Amino acid sequence: MPNMNMVQALNSAMDIMLTRDPSVVVLGEDVGYFGGVFRVTESLQKKHGAYRVLDTPIAEGGIVGAAVGMCANGLRPIAEIQFADYIYPAYDQIVSEVARLRYRSAGAFSAPLTIRTPCGGGIRGGQTHSQSPEAVFAHVSGIKTVMPSNPYDAKGMLIAAIEDDDPVIFFEPKRVYNGPFDGEPDKPAQSWAEHPKAEVPEGYYTVPIGQAAVTREGSALTIVTYGTMVHVSLAAAEALGLDAEVIDIRSMVPLDIDTIAASVSKTGRCLIAHEATRFAGFGAELSASIQEHCFWNLEAPIMRVAGWDTPYPHAFEWEYFPGKRRVMNALRRLMGEAA
Amino acid sequence: MTSRFHVPAVPARPGEQPDFSYVKVAAAGDAPRPPINVPVLGTAPLAEDLVRVLDDRHRAVGPWAPKLDAETLRRGLHTMMLTRAFDDRMQRAQRQGRITFYMRSLGEEAVSAAAAIALRDGDMLFPSYRNQGLFLSRGLSLVDLMSQLLSNSHDMCKGRQLPVMYHSAERRIFSISGNLATQFPQAVGWAMAAAIKGETDIAAAWLGEGSTAEADFHHALTFAKVYKAPAVLNVVNNQWAISTFQGYAGGEQRSFAARGPGMGIAGLRVDGNDFLAVYAVTAWAAERARAGHGATLIEHVTYRAGAHSTSDDPARYRPKDEFDAWPLGDPVDRLKSHLVTLGEWDDARHESLSKELDESVTGAWHEAVSYGTLNEGPRLDPSLMFEDVFKELPPHLLAQRDELLAELAERGESDHA
Ligand SMILES: Cc1ncc(C[n+]2csc(CCOP(=O)(O)OP(=O)(O)O)c2C)c(N)n1
Ligand SMILES: [Mg+2]
Repeated sequence: MPNMNMVQALNSAMDIMLTRDPSVVVLGEDVGYFGGVFRVTESLQKKHGAYRVLDTPIAEGGIVGAAVGMCANGLRPIAEIQFADYIYPAYDQIVSEVARLRYRSAGAFSAPLTIRTPCGGGIRGGQTHSQSPEAVFAHVSGIKTVMPSNPYDAKGMLIAAIEDDDPVIFFEPKRVYNGPFDGEPDKPAQSWAEHPKAEVPEGYYTVPIGQAAVTREGSALTIVTYGTMVHVSLAAAEALGLDAEVIDIRSMVPLDIDTIAASVSKTGRCLIAHEATRFAGFGAELSASIQEHCFWNLEAPIMRVAGWDTPYPHAFEWEYFPGKRRVMNALRRLMGEAA
Repeated sequence: MTSRFHVPAVPARPGEQPDFSYVKVAAAGDAPRPPINVPVLGTAPLAEDLVRVLDDRHRAVGPWAPKLDAETLRRGLHTMMLTRAFDDRMQRAQRQGRITFYMRSLGEEAVSAAAAIALRDGDMLFPSYRNQGLFLSRGLSLVDLMSQLLSNSHDMCKGRQLPVMYHSAERRIFSISGNLATQFPQAVGWAMAAAIKGETDIAAAWLGEGSTAEADFHHALTFAKVYKAPAVLNVVNNQWAISTFQGYAGGEQRSFAARGPGMGIAGLRVDGNDFLAVYAVTAWAAERARAGHGATLIEHVTYRAGAHSTSDDPARYRPKDEFDAWPLGDPVDRLKSHLVTLGEWDDARHESLSKELDESVTGAWHEAVSYGTLNEGPRLDPSLMFEDVFKELPPHLLAQRDELLAELAERGESDHA
């Protein structure tokens, strides 16, 4: 099986779907001739033509609005928003149109659209190239919201998202495009080469949306996480030698609460870790749901590690980022040790 | 007949001959100069034309030729050369890993340098990230700008912003946003406020031609039209938006300036590499705004001679030698030649100014790094990251700050300068 990084895996997913389904089109800023600023759409225009892979004007509201119209006329667009930080001009189209079209027309119209967008920090991008806005989409009824953490899931979930008859916002944690990241910026960058999740089938396969993955089995506690923080959480648990179960939720909406609840009921302890700001972040929904399902099995209060409730500061990237040490401290507290 | 999907044509890709035949270069001096109170539609031809002042023999000709003394022209040249020297050094600093990111304005220095002279000090500026010349022209120190780039202990943004996102409340330059086009309606709002308050200051804003696709651009024009806001709205058409050619922003067979009259405000299209022409149209638009005749949309036709940013490699999407074929030349060379033709400048003075500017940039750089870089020397206190989210720190941020400080103490790194 070939080894792929996340960029190649995503590229392969789109290539396959452009080939299999003539209604699939790709559109976005710099995605065509250039192949995208992160090279995720590299060569797709060359291979599938400029009618299928479109460079667009710089107008995120226009991109999503046009994609809705394409859906209404039988296409299945994959729209790229260059950075999640630049998705807000499209927010009205997403919230008021994409998310509600099926509902308000009683199923007469729908928007089987996939919106891909790189998110997250750790690349010295400052406050306008580092945000993780998944919670403001997960809060909106009618759109599926997902974030893979590795190449295998990225490809399988992207194909599933494209085939899904509902709109999907597909967040790509850009810090792990080229390799896993355990939250220690001073260590040399890792590559996907050695990683089992970088063994990616060349052809078509799907990873269903709405299913969490148990990334590491354990019995002492559960870490519920997603995106870049999956790797940071694994590193922290391993550094402490804890028998932690790590759950990569992969999909925020729909949420696989069964897998999460089964784990927390088993371990009795739960840490939630995400990079996005903490207040009203997706961890709040996770915490509430877990508490509803697992209250009688909990041995300690559910804890959260997240980004601070500030914009992402350029100079203090590594004081901001919820790195290995912050996760380790939380794990110690969760296990009842003094921090 | 079936409908046909149109894909905008790109004149030349890597390995192909540069082709600027789509740029219609009118002769200098040809464009008429209407009175400042001309009705909007009276500017429609000028919005498709190209106002040019400097002719092939480096003389200032025609009705738009401004009456600027040699001292002012030299000041403009100085700003452009300083911009270039600064850009050049900061580009290298990025390559050396001293700063994380940089964006040059190579080839489009006249756009900022000439406008800054045509506007008054009280006028409020809303720049894009490629208007460093505005800051230099308004006298911000190199050390202050460099410290922002370094996110160091002297950084005006307290470490919070990506490099080049400067501001200056004292010099009336608004905080630069990474989100494209947001400054355009804001500038119009500032101008509306000036009109509401009965003040004579006006607002000016800049964005790239690619950014005109954003809704905010259109909001700005609508509000400017409805309230006759005293604003000068500048589209810097440098032909490229990262890898995307200006045709993808709607520039094929229609100018960007034409959107002014299309939306009900004046429009002018100018040779953006002609310092005198940029000065002249800006002064005209500023006077028109100040006199209560409303806003003007100015399109500056120029060329982004460098990469989009230090993260970009233009060799992937355009011919390497495109700038050599650019019909409107280099703004620094053109103003220099004009001054030489006037007998007010010569090669020796040019050389020595160039050397002097390089030295002052290097001197400033040494001072700036003494205030720290991202990795060495004095650092800002990380707890600053929690300030200015709100005017006062709410309890949850106080708690988070304390948690961070405890974590840093544990890391043995709490002793930041
Ligand atoms: C809302 C938003 N969308 C996308 C981007 C990413 N982006 C940054 S600069 C740029 C190109 C802008 O081109 P143009 O407006 O022509 O300005 P230029 O860089 O040529 O000066 C893009 C797409 C952004 N910063 N903000
Ligand atoms: Mg441009």
